[in-house]
Amino acid sequence: LPASSGGHADWPEPGESLRVLLLNFLCSSVSSLYFHIGETEKKCFIEEIPDETMIIGNYRTQLYDKQREEYLQATQGLGMYVEVKDPDEKVILSRQYGSEGRFTFTSHTPGEHQICLHSNSSKFSLFAGGMLRVHLDIQVGEHANNYAEIAAKDKLTELQLRVRQLVEQVDQIQKEQNYQRYREERFRQTSESTNQRVLWWSIVQTLILVAIGIWQMRHLKSFFEAKKLV
Amino acid sequence: MLQLGLSCLLLLLLHVCVVFGTELSFELPDNDKQCFYEELEKDVKFDIDFQVIAGGNYDVDCFVTDPQNNVLYNEKKKQYDSFSHTTTMKGEYKVCFSNEFSTFTHKVVYLDFRHGDEEPLLQSMTRSTALTQLESSCVAIHEILKVVADSQTWYRLREAHDRTKAEHLLERVTYWSIGETVLLFVIGIGQVMMLRSFFADKKGSVLAAT
Repeated sequence: LPASSGGHADWPEPGESLRVLLLNFLCSSVSSLYFHIGETEKKCFIEEIPDETMIIGNYRTQLYDKQREEYLQATQGLGMYVEVKDPDEKVILSRQYGSEGRFTFTSHTPGEHQICLHSNSSKFSLFAGGMLRVHLDIQVGEHANNYAEIAAKDKLTELQLRVRQLVEQVDQIQKEQNYQRYREERFRQTSESTNQRVLWWSIVQTLILVAIGIWQMRHLKSFFEAKKLV
Repeated sequence: MLQLGLSCLLLLLLHVCVVFGTELSFELPDNDKQCFYEELEKDVKFDIDFQVIAGGNYDVDCFVTDPQNNVLYNEKKKQYDSFSHTTTMKGEYKVCFSNEFSTFTHKVVYLDFRHGDEEPLLQSMTRSTALTQLESSCVAIHEILKVVADSQTWYRLREAHDRTKAEHLLERVTYWSIGETVLLFVIGIGQVMMLRSFFADKKGSVLAAT
């Protein structure tokens, strides 16, 4: 592709771009959806994703200060334990992070991955029966890509970057479609299994009914003959 | 150095005013309520999509309130719905899901909360610059692909819902079949035993009566 003709700023050098990226990360955790979590409470989120998909999760915690009656910024000694399980219930990530953290994992099996968070504060007096506010942001697949980083690394022009984004989007769509095929097969297997079981059990139960009926009559007949009532 | 400072400033500014959405699926235990909050500016359009993908009758109560606790949306026992609103004030907006009407089934709810505009791809790309034809085509394709991805998410959720129902059905058929077989045997043999016990005790009186 030809070089860009637009007059945009030159990219900073690698050392400086690292600092820029760091600022980038810190600023991107400014605001997102948040919820409250109790001291020993475990909150789990489910992400159903195809395989080879990257997930980036950012979280930030705030503690309620009763004196000031507001939520303070992150405090020391307040950590969150993050546990990620794959569809086969195998733990693929199990780590403790600080009061603010970022976790990344890539799925190797398609299916429902479970992301669980629970607080692991070292000083229990911090909570004092209050609630912890957790800001959480989960980016899946193509949304997890950092395009500024990709543009810097591969030295792409704006147009090249746009096309790259389209390529990533289409890639994700294709992965999702493969996963859909796999899911449909599983669904079909479950339905066929149910169908077979219903069929088999109906036949077997009818046979059992008939057999028990015959056995009952014969047994009673011989019983009454023995008692000389018939 | 100046360029670095400028790009940093631009980054800071752009990140503070433009944010994207969050989608997640969470488990809602029975008799429980789960709330999610979001700090929004004034005149920001937000969209909430939710769907119940597993549990019981696949329904949940949902309500949305603004910072002054006015109810913007309140629906009971909905399976899926979409809600859009443009904020009239700055503050904390709350969306809550309640499973308090259910005594023993826990639900899995999918939530998609989108607000603001999409973040520009690169910090140097702002909407005020004129786009070339190629770039316009790229933008158009990007928007269409977003619709495709949303459609795929919809189908994935419906499939998860149907699959959960099918798996429940399989489980119930299995347990009921086993239970019914056991019951058949118990009743069949039990009837004969009871009948025999009637005649065993009253043997003398029956003979005397006939």
